[in-house]
Amino acid sequence: MNERVIIDGNEAAADVAYRLTELCSIYPITPSSTMAELADEWASKGRTNVWGQVPTVIEMQSEGGAAGAMHGALQGGALSTTFTASQGLLLMIPNLFRIAGELTSSVFHVAARSLATQGLSIFGDHQDVMAIRQTGVCLLSSASVQEAHDMAAVAHLATLLTRLPVVHFFDGFRTSHELNTVELLTDDQLRELVPRELVLEHRARALSPANPFIRGTAQNPDTYFQSRETANPFYDRTPETMAAAMRRFAEVAGREYSLVEYHGDPNAERVVVVMGSGVEAVIPVVEHLNREQGATGVLFVRLYRPFPTEAFLDALPQSVRRIAVLDRTKEPGAGGEPLFLDVNSALGEAYSSGRRATMPQVVGGRYGLSSKEFTPAMVKAVFAELERPNPRPRFTVGINDDVTHLSLEHDPSFQLPDPDTVGAVFYGLGSDGTVGANKNTIKILGSSGEMYAQGYFVYDSKKSGSRTVSHLRFGPNPIRAPYLVARADFVGCHHWSILERVDVLEFARPGATLLVNSPHPADELWDRLPGPVQERIAELGIDLYCIDASRVARAAGLGSRTNTILQTCFFAISGVLPREEAFERIKDAITKTYARKSAEVVRKNHLAVEQSLAHLHRVPVPSAATGTRAMLAAVPDDAPEFVRTVTATMLEGRGDLLPVSALPVDGTYPSGTTRYEKRNISDIVAVWDPEACIQCGNCSFVCPHSVLRAKYYPQDKLSLAPDGFLSAPLDAAGLPDTSYTLQVYAEDCTGCGLCVEACPVKPIGQPSRRAINLEPVADRSTERRAVEFFEELPLNNRARVDFGTVRGTQFLQPLFEFSGACSGCGETPYLKLLTQLFGDRASVANATGCSSIYGGNLPTTPWATNAEGRGPAWSNSLFEDNAEFGLGLRLAADLHEDLARTRLGELRTEIGDDALVEALLHAPQRHESELQAQAARLKQLLARLEGMEGAKAADLRSVADHLLRRSVWIVGGDGWAYDIGSAGVDHVLASGRDVNVLVLDTEVYSNTGGQASKSTPLGAVAKFAAGGKLTNKKDMAMQAMAYGSVYVARVAMGADPQQTLKAFREAEAYDGPSLIIAYSHCIAHGYDIRKGLDQQYKAVNSGHWPLMRYNPVLRNNGANPFLLDSPRPRLSLADYQGAELRYQVLHTTDPVEAERLAAHAQQQVDRRWAEYEELATRGPEAFAADTRRGEINA
Amino acid sequence: MPDLTTNYLGLQLRNPVVASAGPISQSVTGIRSLADAGVGAVVMYSLFEEQVRRQAEYTAELAMVHEPFAEATAFLPGVHHDPDGITQYLKLLEVAADAVDVPVIASLNGAAPGSWTTMARHLEEAGAAALELNIYFVPGDLTMTGADVERRHLEIVRAVKETVRVPVAVKLSPYFSSVGHFCLALDEVGVDGLVLFNRFLQPDIDVDRLEVRSGVTLSSPNEARLPRTWIAVLRDKVRASLAATSGVADHEDVVKYILAGADVVMSTSALVRHGAAHARGLVDGLDAWLERKDLTLAAARGLLAVPPHTPAAGYERAGYVASLLKAKEVYGSLN
Repeated sequence: MNERVIIDGNEAAADVAYRLTELCSIYPITPSSTMAELADEWASKGRTNVWGQVPTVIEMQSEGGAAGAMHGALQGGALSTTFTASQGLLLMIPNLFRIAGELTSSVFHVAARSLATQGLSIFGDHQDVMAIRQTGVCLLSSASVQEAHDMAAVAHLATLLTRLPVVHFFDGFRTSHELNTVELLTDDQLRELVPRELVLEHRARALSPANPFIRGTAQNPDTYFQSRETANPFYDRTPETMAAAMRRFAEVAGREYSLVEYHGDPNAERVVVVMGSGVEAVIPVVEHLNREQGATGVLFVRLYRPFPTEAFLDALPQSVRRIAVLDRTKEPGAGGEPLFLDVNSALGEAYSSGRRATMPQVVGGRYGLSSKEFTPAMVKAVFAELERPNPRPRFTVGINDDVTHLSLEHDPSFQLPDPDTVGAVFYGLGSDGTVGANKNTIKILGSSGEMYAQGYFVYDSKKSGSRTVSHLRFGPNPIRAPYLVARADFVGCHHWSILERVDVLEFARPGATLLVNSPHPADELWDRLPGPVQERIAELGIDLYCIDASRVARAAGLGSRTNTILQTCFFAISGVLPREEAFERIKDAITKTYARKSAEVVRKNHLAVEQSLAHLHRVPVPSAATGTRAMLAAVPDDAPEFVRTVTATMLEGRGDLLPVSALPVDGTYPSGTTRYEKRNISDIVAVWDPEACIQCGNCSFVCPHSVLRAKYYPQDKLSLAPDGFLSAPLDAAGLPDTSYTLQVYAEDCTGCGLCVEACPVKPIGQPSRRAINLEPVADRSTERRAVEFFEELPLNNRARVDFGTVRGTQFLQPLFEFSGACSGCGETPYLKLLTQLFGDRASVANATGCSSIYGGNLPTTPWATNAEGRGPAWSNSLFEDNAEFGLGLRLAADLHEDLARTRLGELRTEIGDDALVEALLHAPQRHESELQAQAARLKQLLARLEGMEGAKAADLRSVADHLLRRSVWIVGGDGWAYDIGSAGVDHVLASGRDVNVLVLDTEVYSNTGGQASKSTPLGAVAKFAAGGKLTNKKDMAMQAMAYGSVYVARVAMGADPQQTLKAFREAEAYDGPSLIIAYSHCIAHGYDIRKGLDQQYKAVNSGHWPLMRYNPVLRNNGANPFLLDSPRPRLSLADYQGAELRYQVLHTTDPVEAERLAAHAQQQVDRRWAEYEELATRGPEAFAADTRRGEINA
Repeated sequence: MPDLTTNYLGLQLRNPVVASAGPISQSVTGIRSLADAGVGAVVMYSLFEEQVRRQAEYTAELAMVHEPFAEATAFLPGVHHDPDGITQYLKLLEVAADAVDVPVIASLNGAAPGSWTTMARHLEEAGAAALELNIYFVPGDLTMTGADVERRHLEIVRAVKETVRVPVAVKLSPYFSSVGHFCLALDEVGVDGLVLFNRFLQPDIDVDRLEVRSGVTLSSPNEARLPRTWIAVLRDKVRASLAATSGVADHEDVVKYILAGADVVMSTSALVRHGAAHARGLVDGLDAWLERKDLTLAAARGLLAVPPHTPAAGYERAGYVASLLKAKEVYGSLN
């Protein structure tokens, strides 16, 4: 009997891939990263493949690198595999051609995902795999979690049998992240399936000096063509060989598969052809329709390349008159989507050659892009379309296309739930444990042996306070439903705030149960509910329960952790398991998780389980709504129209309903929309103490969310201030009768506490308090009014603000605000500073990663504008090309500046102000005052150009803004700068052009979940470095310094904000490439992020992160360009590392190795410090000259 | 060359100098360096149960950071999700016990009565040669009587003794109304060794920052007097081994403790100050002293203990009176 487990599609595939390979060359990319992470973990634990060897798992610098290493290993005779998706697969394309061209057995496991086009999407469709269909690889599709496991095995066998590389793919997120019941293949079964002889044959084809040959020649017109044709027999044989592999699999494992699978009426007239998980939405509809009227079927294409024409024709009933081919991809400009074209050509040829008697009408439809839901209702609409007299030749389903009118209408109320399956939906907030508890629930139920279970988890796009919706199904039958639970029997709402904002009964069936975690007592609950929620409850006849889980948790000593309690209530109410049995299983799970760590934690959780029921109340429901309380609006009434209509709809979770016409055609969205989304995600917010405050600006400087803003203003303005508006006399000489306010934007504050940590003030006798503190806030109306008044106060004149001090910067308007970054993010304060200093003339190229997600993920974005409508222009190209992309922005700016200067000179007479033209052309623009003067001149110029006719004037108007020096910023994380974009960064720094590269260095790939980069420190544990990072962190600063023409700074805001400020200003003012490497604390480091600034201080003072600047200007002026800005280390590296789990885990798992690496790390820090000290004492002649300008000097 | 082998808790040590719980034993390298420097045994740093529990809760909190958003379902490899103090300590103990050829004694500082035995069992399984129970109550509870405190100590010792087979020592605070009587009671319940004394770490006040400052200060030789006195009293009065700790700066302090009757002499502060290699000086110094005095270790041990059958109170009092007379000679009359 094979073991039955609950796992997701990624684990299902990786579990086989790992056991049937010798090498995994890996690189992180959502949604495939988990496969690579598991491989790395298994290898670090010494898990072997089925032949008794621990596979080598190696992280590369990009997917291109992973494919290259794989190609080499294959030529070296090793069995090799990799895991990827989306852009990663695209980066492998050159090697796919090579590997296929050389007939090399290998398997690529792909969690298929959308491509970055008008926007990036991490979610699933087939755009990536369709983009490689021309490479010569086999494309093998899996439709479910079990299939991802089984087809992985078939792929590894078939590649050895056919000699063709196999790309095995399944739908990203929908299958890769769905938990479902899977029967695992044993090692014996896999050994039986993949005979050793095949491995030996593969090995025998390897390069070897013992049997030398040359492979990879350059060929000429005489033979390239013929050579390309030599492989035909291999492709011709492959469908049959693949089918044989599937038959062999069935003999070994008992589960039958075929290349093309037909379900339905053998005499069907209407058939849907589909690939991937979508088939599981089609099958129940076909069964339903056939029960009613018959004549429908579905044909599932499992092998897509080589296209199995014969098998396809064999499987398709002769009776078919109409076919709808559904493609989960989009090829703009093509005659149809790829599967549609393949089906057409197969049928056309069969009909014209007489192989088939009739030629069915074939129509093509697109569905499910970017994990758009694909439901039985949509399938029904497709079949209905096939029944129409003239079905649309091309259509879409699942959206409302009101522009080209291609979309089919569908009736969402059509559902085909399995009556024996229970559906449950839970609303939680990211990091509150809801998703974890639900995974646990599924495992509890799925492990019973009698029950099948499925779990799928939907997140919104924020990294802090994000809303999660868990969709769970359980039942006695296998669960094949790759779409959200639409008729939930049970809905759990784990936070009251969610209830006030979204319709939590969206997925509930009539008569379902709703459990609310409510701070209000049961007898007050009904009256506290918003009217629309009451209406829905009454309309659906909901059985309503509530519990104050937060209170029970506190009483049990569990703090804010309510998940055990809510899980217990779910089991108690839903009855999916007998109550006592369920409780015992929950307790067992708790014991297993915590027993070794603390009997106390176990006891508290058990207590919580026991006490939950006493606090669970059933709430009587009146027959109709009685309340008038409205749902909270997503955005205020005074928001711009686009925000009120489009953005608000997305915020309410109803973005699926937006028609095509509502959305921009080219991915262009308005700036600064986060300001309209008052998220109120924290119950504790910063509260300013005006009396204790010394107005230093430190808190505002470090605030990751731009919620602390300062202004000074004439005291008499206070006469109009609302109650609760706080102020203090301005602490500055020469400005009497002036007040100062540090305004907390309480509705946007995430309660991270960095401000409290940054505050240097300790009120006498209150050592635990500061001049800014976190305090609970229930009603934010006072704060809201205060913010409104504060915003009416005039902004302080930039000319009167001292840019050179941290204190001064607090008065500069941030043009990056209220992002969805993690609470306490270590990256965003740097971006905020960038915008305060240079935002109104900045262009930003942002590498894909955390900063592109909190910076550019819809619905709302944080890059904002000032009162004049100016602000940072932001764009994201890709992950790997960001430096080049940013350089392009610079080149365009330089070209247009040049054009502007030329035209300005040419129009000198017409403009009629020689002094103005002269100043515009030649006045310096390095410092703020100079830039302000130029901005003023630019305004004058534009005024003079107004109404001026002629091509040159039009030219000048179009590019005049470039006369104000454009500040180009190239921003990204260490995964980009140290790894995938390293070559580009290097090249751009070497270009000598005036760009500013800002590396937000978290020392891991934070966005994809903490994989090691070349920035990860020695000895730290990260994903892909599960056994501890074995090599030193790359010193990018030293690399960049070697050019002599690059301004370089290493900064850490938490250790020395003044140095950070200085570095940003110098870098921007420097006429050439600049590199700022900014220490960014991150939740991936494993500690309470509130201590982030403290850790920055320790990183610097232990020598891990020495602060430095390298300024080529100094060398040109005859001084030492290398400035060491931090003091000699006064802490040991262990003092810094001790607080972070990333370092501590290795001490747990392998203390000897941990000590060895720690000793090396300390030695490395000492050595580097000595080297830096030596650099700081050299003469200028010891450094490379900036060869772009000047004589050889110093 | 005198024979320095010593029996402590029934363990055969090559000499009576023992590295007591401290920062050096927080790593395998540290433990190895102590063994290389010649100590007779190593007591590992204390496993503070409260700290472990806090750590467990803290990591549980951190674990909730998992699943924060769609792309990142966790931030550390799955195998390592929940490192905690216990696992780390046990792993270190396991590796250290293998790495050195002297006994490694685990030190456990528990808080709640129930968990001592579970922890003790884990430590035994991980390869501890013996356990040292570091029973340390923060004396902030004003309702607990002296009798309660003693009863709790006895309960813990009894429970642990019933749970593990390895020898069990107990490290005591000097703040009992009747230390001697309590030591006899512990001896009665079967404790294998008495470690005298635990240092009561007391916070200080920072007058500039107006803050309470916690912190550890290293001990000074003066602090040896109190434990030495009690060892001298207890010598031959209890079946349990006697271990002296506090104030061992150089080999003379070792000798003094031996003369007072200690089976083993423990040092932490001096090793932290001067490095693990300092232990070599302590052992060699003892060796040289014995040679110079032409004494065996057995003969020296307890040479200046309170003689059997002498009423300890009288002996103490006599010492006290003698001290006062000596002080008058040095400083003149104190009136």
